[in-house]
Amino acid sequence: MFDQSLAATIFGRLSWESFPLHEPIILGTFIVVVLLGAAIVAAVFKFGLWGWLWREWFTSVDHKKIGIMYIILGIIMLLRGFADALMMRAQQAIAFAGNDGFLPAHHYDQVFSAHGTIMIFFVAIPLVVGLINYVMPLQIGARDVAFPFLNNFSFWMTVAGAVLVMISLFVGEFSTGGWLNYVPVTNLENSPGTGPDYYLWALQIAGVGTTLSAINMVVTIIKMRAPGMTMMKMPVFCWTALCSNVLAIAIFPVLTGAFALLMMDRYVGTNFFTNDLGGNPMLYWNLVWIWGHPEVYVLVLPAFGIYSEITSTFSGKRLFGYTSMVYATVVITILSYLVWLHHFFTMGSGASVNSFFGIATMVISIPTGAKIFNWLFTMYRGSIRFDLPMMWVVAFMLTFVVGGMTGVLLAVPPADFVLHNSLFLVAHFHNVIIGGVVFGLFAGIIYWFPKAFGFHLDPWWGKVGFWGWVIGYWVAWTPIYVVGLMGTTRRVRHFDDPSMQIWFVLAGIGALIILVGILGFVMSIVMGYVKRDQLRDTTGDPWDGRTLEWATSSPPPAYNFAFTPVVHDLDAWYDMKSRGHRRPEGGYLPIHMPRNTGAGLILSALATVLGFAMVWYMWWLAVLSFLGLVVVTIAHTFNYNRDYYIDAADVEREERSHDAALAAGA
Amino acid sequence: MSSTSTASHGANLDGELHAHGDTHGHGSMRSYLIGFALSAVLTAIPFWLVMSDVLGNSTWTSAAVIAFAVAQVVVHTICFLHVNTQAEGGWTLVAFVFTAVILLIIIAGSLWIMYHLNTNMMPGMMTGQAATMP
Amino acid sequence: MTTMAQDNSPVDPSTFYVVEQDDHGHGSPTLLGFWIYLMSDALIFAALFATFGVLSSSYAGGPAPHEIFNLRLVALNTAILLFSSITYGFAMLAMERGGLRAVQGWLLVTGLLGLSFVGVELYEFAELIAEGATPQRSGFLSAFFTLVGTHGLHVTVGIIWIGVMLVQLNQRGLHLENKRRLQCLSMFWHFLDVIWIGVFSFVYLLGMVR
Repeated sequence: MFDQSLAATIFGRLSWESFPLHEPIILGTFIVVVLLGAAIVAAVFKFGLWGWLWREWFTSVDHKKIGIMYIILGIIMLLRGFADALMMRAQQAIAFAGNDGFLPAHHYDQVFSAHGTIMIFFVAIPLVVGLINYVMPLQIGARDVAFPFLNNFSFWMTVAGAVLVMISLFVGEFSTGGWLNYVPVTNLENSPGTGPDYYLWALQIAGVGTTLSAINMVVTIIKMRAPGMTMMKMPVFCWTALCSNVLAIAIFPVLTGAFALLMMDRYVGTNFFTNDLGGNPMLYWNLVWIWGHPEVYVLVLPAFGIYSEITSTFSGKRLFGYTSMVYATVVITILSYLVWLHHFFTMGSGASVNSFFGIATMVISIPTGAKIFNWLFTMYRGSIRFDLPMMWVVAFMLTFVVGGMTGVLLAVPPADFVLHNSLFLVAHFHNVIIGGVVFGLFAGIIYWFPKAFGFHLDPWWGKVGFWGWVIGYWVAWTPIYVVGLMGTTRRVRHFDDPSMQIWFVLAGIGALIILVGILGFVMSIVMGYVKRDQLRDTTGDPWDGRTLEWATSSPPPAYNFAFTPVVHDLDAWYDMKSRGHRRPEGGYLPIHMPRNTGAGLILSALATVLGFAMVWYMWWLAVLSFLGLVVVTIAHTFNYNRDYYIDAADVEREERSHDAALAAGA
Repeated sequence: MSSTSTASHGANLDGELHAHGDTHGHGSMRSYLIGFALSAVLTAIPFWLVMSDVLGNSTWTSAAVIAFAVAQVVVHTICFLHVNTQAEGGWTLVAFVFTAVILLIIIAGSLWIMYHLNTNMMPGMMTGQAATMP
Repeated sequence: MTTMAQDNSPVDPSTFYVVEQDDHGHGSPTLLGFWIYLMSDALIFAALFATFGVLSSSYAGGPAPHEIFNLRLVALNTAILLFSSITYGFAMLAMERGGLRAVQGWLLVTGLLGLSFVGVELYEFAELIAEGATPQRSGFLSAFFTLVGTHGLHVTVGIIWIGVMLVQLNQRGLHLENKRRLQCLSMFWHFLDVIWIGVFSFVYLLGMVR
């Protein structure tokens, strides 16, 4: 008796039953992850890389390194999220009539919840934030972001959230409430387990990172543009990054608020979203969708920016309708805040409310459509080079337009009453997120990879990745559109009607083709590294680019630009090239830079412990880690020694080597 | 009202920050005292209206309370938070106005949606219970 | 952060680089960044106000506002917070004059006023809970305690910040970084006052009218 209460005091509700040893799939995954992790740790020890990792990466406040770390996080989590997708596709392809499939119901519910949560919060967001982090400061001619330490801290908070989600796979369980952790499923009385708590803590902690990072990027764009770069001379990618981050600042607080209220319900016993004592579950939907719809634009606007940059570069032309592109982006930013109810037309708000939000939703398609025409007109009469990034842009335009049109279809309230929560809806949002966001992210990664690493990705494997994704997408999701239109609902584990099985088998085959695409992408990195000497970029400007990030070496020095560029034109680098600029040959000065710090990583580790302790009701540990967070935060403010100067001699050496590379290439 | 002239006055006193480009607004004794006096009045009146039930009509009282609250928020923003068209090249003002719009959309939208949901989905509870509630 | 000459003066089209020292050249971004953070914080409160608005008549048979609210206490707290705003204003004016002792004095007064605000609020909460009007009692009370409590939590953070600031002022005086922090804290403190206007108007006064 005493032992039990002591154990409960120390470990909360954590016990041997919390480890899913009886689930062969999870156990197998766990063993593989442990072996892989052990191999990586052993390799790092063997080559003595800890110091290098710590000094050069983990504690770095360099926006370029933080951007790369974000992208690595996104790719790792993509593999996890895609594994979930494959399991769902396999389950739905076989679970017909008498066959129960291989996933038990409770496990299946966790799989689809984890898939959505991971893909949005820990794949799409890190990849978008990573690209913005890497590219935007270079494009505006800045040496870093406005708050370099905050940037490092934001990254590590995102990692902390991802770590908690990964822990939930092996210790305890994940939420079964879908990717937005819906009530009433996740109310304490319906989900007394740890799943919703993992979800809430992981996302609250990662949300801190996302919000702070968004503030950082907005201030960077407002305050740190190179001289001469007025707002209307800013590259479109920076405009979309600005609007995306403004939106993120405007929506993430609402999500934080909604999650905090659900936490209150689950931990304190309040009645916000309960079914009795005055609670209102629909209020939760209202709040999370105030976040949810603009979030789509947080992700897709930067992707639009990437398409704009690539289209202009590979067509060899200035972007068509730059001004209209900027206004379209701003209009989308504001309109996206007026449409959230279209996610719950069927909840019963009545005709006037549904009409308003339906019409507002349709209106959004106008600026989005304008953008498509801008890209088409940019390509029109251009001398288009169909390199890999441009191929992704074309695939995007063909795919995304279909997704946009099914979206307008869903915006009609009566149609939505038929299609709500059907697989048609699921196919629609995968169409716009894969076709819009993911394609854009791949295009962007391939486009800027030589800038970041000094060599190209392997083009052959890159094409394998491209065709795998594009063909795979259409094979996987067209059948889902079809069965959705026939009325199949989402989140179903088992079907009775065997006539539909063929569609799900087709979708499963499509998922396997996408797997080829993912492996092709990974291989293009591996083979690019292997063949890096043949794929080397010595010019810093491998694609004949038009914006400032191509004005420096590949990879750029820590300080980005030895001399801050002065901007006279929208396509600043193209302007410099066409008017015969000359790199300065001397007069280098010491450069003022922010100093690395481990505080972000320490805070993030404490936040992870806090989240874990709260999930498992280990109150003593929660109190300790919370106090630790407060103490480390305050202690950090006593550190006034946050910057240093790079010697002029070091700058000169760095610049001379780039000069030499340029001369050798010429 | 006097915020623009006082901001430039404060700027002269604080050359050091300005040399570093911190063009955030500053207050003066005058602006703080005006803000304080206005806030005191704008707080006292609604409390008085409610506590003594001066208007004798809950609709008018509610409208007055809301109007005074909005006025006081504006006073605080100008006199204490020094938001004006000059500070930070106008970006603080832009951020403030944008936030106000979003805030209005969140609150008004939520109330509108949830009111309709309640009347449509729980008609008995809304009219019955709310009516009997004192 | 030692020299500074950069501005957006017209550029000669033939120059493509800033060749003299420009440092960061754009002024400190901290104040604007903190302001935008406050705006995001305001939107957390927007979600809480919206929640309170939706649940404001979900009494579930429990107490209604006029049965439990004590407007005298609220008026007292409003006065305390308003006074703390003006005392913080005096601290800022002292900072611009360079009077370190005066800054510390006014900060101390502000912090004490903040402490009494939180004290009165806790007393109010304790009274309510003793009467059985707990956060668990109804949707209305859940929303009330969470909204008002979140504001109180912010004030508590502000008080801790004032304490840290006093120590840092003692260590290093009114140098640039500390001045910037005082300005951020000023925005934070006045921002909480703005939120309180919403709380006393929409929660307490309108609650009594309803």
